[in-house]
Amino acid sequence: MEARVRHRNASEKRFRAAGFFAVSLSALFLALLLANMAWKGLGGFTRTEAELTINFPKSDLLIDPAALHGGQAQEVIGSADLDGAVSQAAAAQYGPDAAELFGAAGSRALGRALIKDPTLLQRSATLWLPVGSKADVAYKSEGDPRYDHLMAKIDAQDKVRLRFNSDFLTASDATDPSAVGIWGALKGTFLTIMVTMLLAFPIGVLSALYLEEFAPRNRWTDLIEVSINNLAAVPSIIFGLLGLAVFLNFMHLPRSAPLVGGLTLALMTMPVIVIAGRNAITSVPPSIRDAALGVGASKMQVVFHHVLPLALPGILTGTIIGMARALGETAPLLMIGMRAFIAAPPSGITDPSSVLPVQIFLWSDEVDRGFVEKTSAAIIVLLIFMLLMNGLAIYLRNRFEQRW
Amino acid sequence: MTHMIALVAVLGISAVAGWFGRSRATGLRGAGGRLHSLPNYHGFHVAIWAVVPALIFLAAWTPFQSQMVQRAVLASPEAQSLPAFEMQRESILSEAKEIAAGERDAGFNPESEGLVPRFREAGGRYATIGGALAIFLAIAGAALAFRRVKIDFRARTKVERWVMGLLIGASLIAILTTLGIVLSLLFESLRFFNLVSPTEFLFGTQWSPQTALRADQAGSSGAFGSVPLFWGTAFIGAIIAMIVAIPLGLMSAIFLTQYAPAKVRAWMKPLLEILAGVPTVVYGYFAALTVAPAVRDFGIAIGITSASSESALAAGLVMGIMIIPFVSSMADDSIAAVPQAMRDGSLALGATKSETIRKVLLPAALPGVVGGVLLAVSRAIGETMIVVMAAGLAANLTANPFASVTTVTAQIVQLLTGDQEFDSAKTLAAFALGLLLFIITLILNLIALTVVRRYREAYE
Repeated sequence: MEARVRHRNASEKRFRAAGFFAVSLSALFLALLLANMAWKGLGGFTRTEAELTINFPKSDLLIDPAALHGGQAQEVIGSADLDGAVSQAAAAQYGPDAAELFGAAGSRALGRALIKDPTLLQRSATLWLPVGSKADVAYKSEGDPRYDHLMAKIDAQDKVRLRFNSDFLTASDATDPSAVGIWGALKGTFLTIMVTMLLAFPIGVLSALYLEEFAPRNRWTDLIEVSINNLAAVPSIIFGLLGLAVFLNFMHLPRSAPLVGGLTLALMTMPVIVIAGRNAITSVPPSIRDAALGVGASKMQVVFHHVLPLALPGILTGTIIGMARALGETAPLLMIGMRAFIAAPPSGITDPSSVLPVQIFLWSDEVDRGFVEKTSAAIIVLLIFMLLMNGLAIYLRNRFEQRW
Repeated sequence: MTHMIALVAVLGISAVAGWFGRSRATGLRGAGGRLHSLPNYHGFHVAIWAVVPALIFLAAWTPFQSQMVQRAVLASPEAQSLPAFEMQRESILSEAKEIAAGERDAGFNPESEGLVPRFREAGGRYATIGGALAIFLAIAGAALAFRRVKIDFRARTKVERWVMGLLIGASLIAILTTLGIVLSLLFESLRFFNLVSPTEFLFGTQWSPQTALRADQAGSSGAFGSVPLFWGTAFIGAIIAMIVAIPLGLMSAIFLTQYAPAKVRAWMKPLLEILAGVPTVVYGYFAALTVAPAVRDFGIAIGITSASSESALAAGLVMGIMIIPFVSSMADDSIAAVPQAMRDGSLALGATKSETIRKVLLPAALPGVVGGVLLAVSRAIGETMIVVMAAGLAANLTANPFASVTTVTAQIVQLLTGDQEFDSAKTLAAFALGLLLFIITLILNLIALTVVRRYREAYE
């Protein structure tokens, strides 16, 4: 008897430990994921800069300083051979290995410095320029042995430093990973989410109101309820196929545009909003409705003046969660053509663009090692957005939700 | 006058007319009468009658306008010298149209330059006519409705009927989406089944989707047997992921509901919810970057030399982690729904907590837990990004978790993001796969729903 009780108690302890272990393991996975991304991605927010002395009058650059004062400055810079001048100066200063030291980002930074101060062209100037991807990787960890050697040599002369990479947040996609930024993707995400929100929110809320308050209860409305519940559980890639078949091939809307992406994501988010809306509307007690009717309101006035305002916090919470899910979606947008290399941010909802999750996916395919830290840095930005949105939803829910 | 200007004008007229209607109604009330409807409703009534006919007209005018512009340009003298070849003609016309609209600076064909002024002229002419007509309709509608603003005019009833129409319209869109999905998938799949027989598709075990570009091309035999794909999907999503997710999810739910103090549960539960909120592309990248090499090294260490760096195990593990919150929250809800009386009765009889859970609570909560598991499986097999990034594209029919298999969703992405013309069997196969995936997830969801509904014990 004693032995049996001992066994049962031991088994109890083991069971409890198993439960605790399960929860801890899940939390550990989350921590591992976040830490891994943070570890790999923090490097993407910094860039390696090296000092370079360029003797402009002696270089092959033929830029008229006066031309840089007007509105044509960008074009003048664009047509000048900054790459060549930088390469020449680097080779002269650090040896022939350093000809490719500075990449696209370096030339771009030089162009900006020249526009800011055209007098540099008349003398020899010392500038800090961002290095190219291979050198960046070599300095931050380990890469091509030639560049390891080169960076060590320059480091010994104290001419290397790490700085915050502001280009990452203001530049768009590029072929050289040291010059990429997520601005184009952020703008595309913003436009797409705007379109999604403007379409899904009114249609979802109005449908929820109709289905919950006005629709008769018969077999057809039961079928509608089942079908909307199923829509919420359909894999997102199916919506991508729908978008491809209907919006691109049947309606000939522009490929890869935020308009089409927004339409597809709106179709995906709308059932989530309808379900959240129905739950919120059902939770408003009947006494509110009866009281309003008793005071003489019409059915429509009861719904719009009394039920809807009270159900709005719940609806908003559901909407924000639905939007957060749409923000992280990649598969449906790949289907509607967002797989191309877009180098300029979109200026409207019909321009081809990319969104942040798709940009992450495209960069993850790249072979260049410099893209690893940039992809992880973009993931950090995406995760911050998700955290903010989910946090906002939880805050709204705690602050405004009423328990009847 | 462009469409934008006409639209803004119509909206402006409607707003002003509505304001006038409201003031008229307020004036009537002030003059000593009892209005049937509040002045706001009178205002809305006038505004609706101003805006709706004009908008319907504008919507119908747009296609009409492009047709008329096309005709006018084709009748002009420059168009007489256009080549007779259909495709070239079309491309010149569309180039000219784009240049006239300002979307393009110059075209490839020299003839399009000549047509641009014609397009601009005809386009401007018809846009002005359309805009003027729309504004006329708006004013006419507003005037007609304004005349009806009287004391006993039932404006509220009319406005509410319009709002009801709006609500029904919104619901129709929601309903039509399901229909749209099914129809579009069905339509394209039928075109696929014209090229490849359904039996080969459903039961064939060879998947190598090539279509011949030329009749005599070597290696052009396309095999469209989808069994390896569905096996890969089931292997990664229903087997490996569930082996990870079910024990962890269930035990987490049990711990959180039965053992954890309230304060721990308050922050533990949101932590698990965060797992569900992480975008799948992040999971995919994590799987490809960290988990897959680790799994391959592990596989080689225990002697499986053929371990691939794109293994089913890596994708399945990460997918299981992603699914834990789904299983956990459904199990949590069902266990919490079992009444305290059953739990207390069991404890009073002398059972330990774990015995209570295993023998009383879990059997009572089983329908909910099973429903949750089925929903989780349905989510896992529809998952795309993790398998695209971490599992491979090789259609293998193998049970070795260290080998590389592919899934239905990964193949859909692969087939549709290449450069293929839309009609080939290769791209249509993606739609057939999508249809099957939709049907399978639908069936799983329906089974989950019926299991929960039918077997759930009704307490009290």
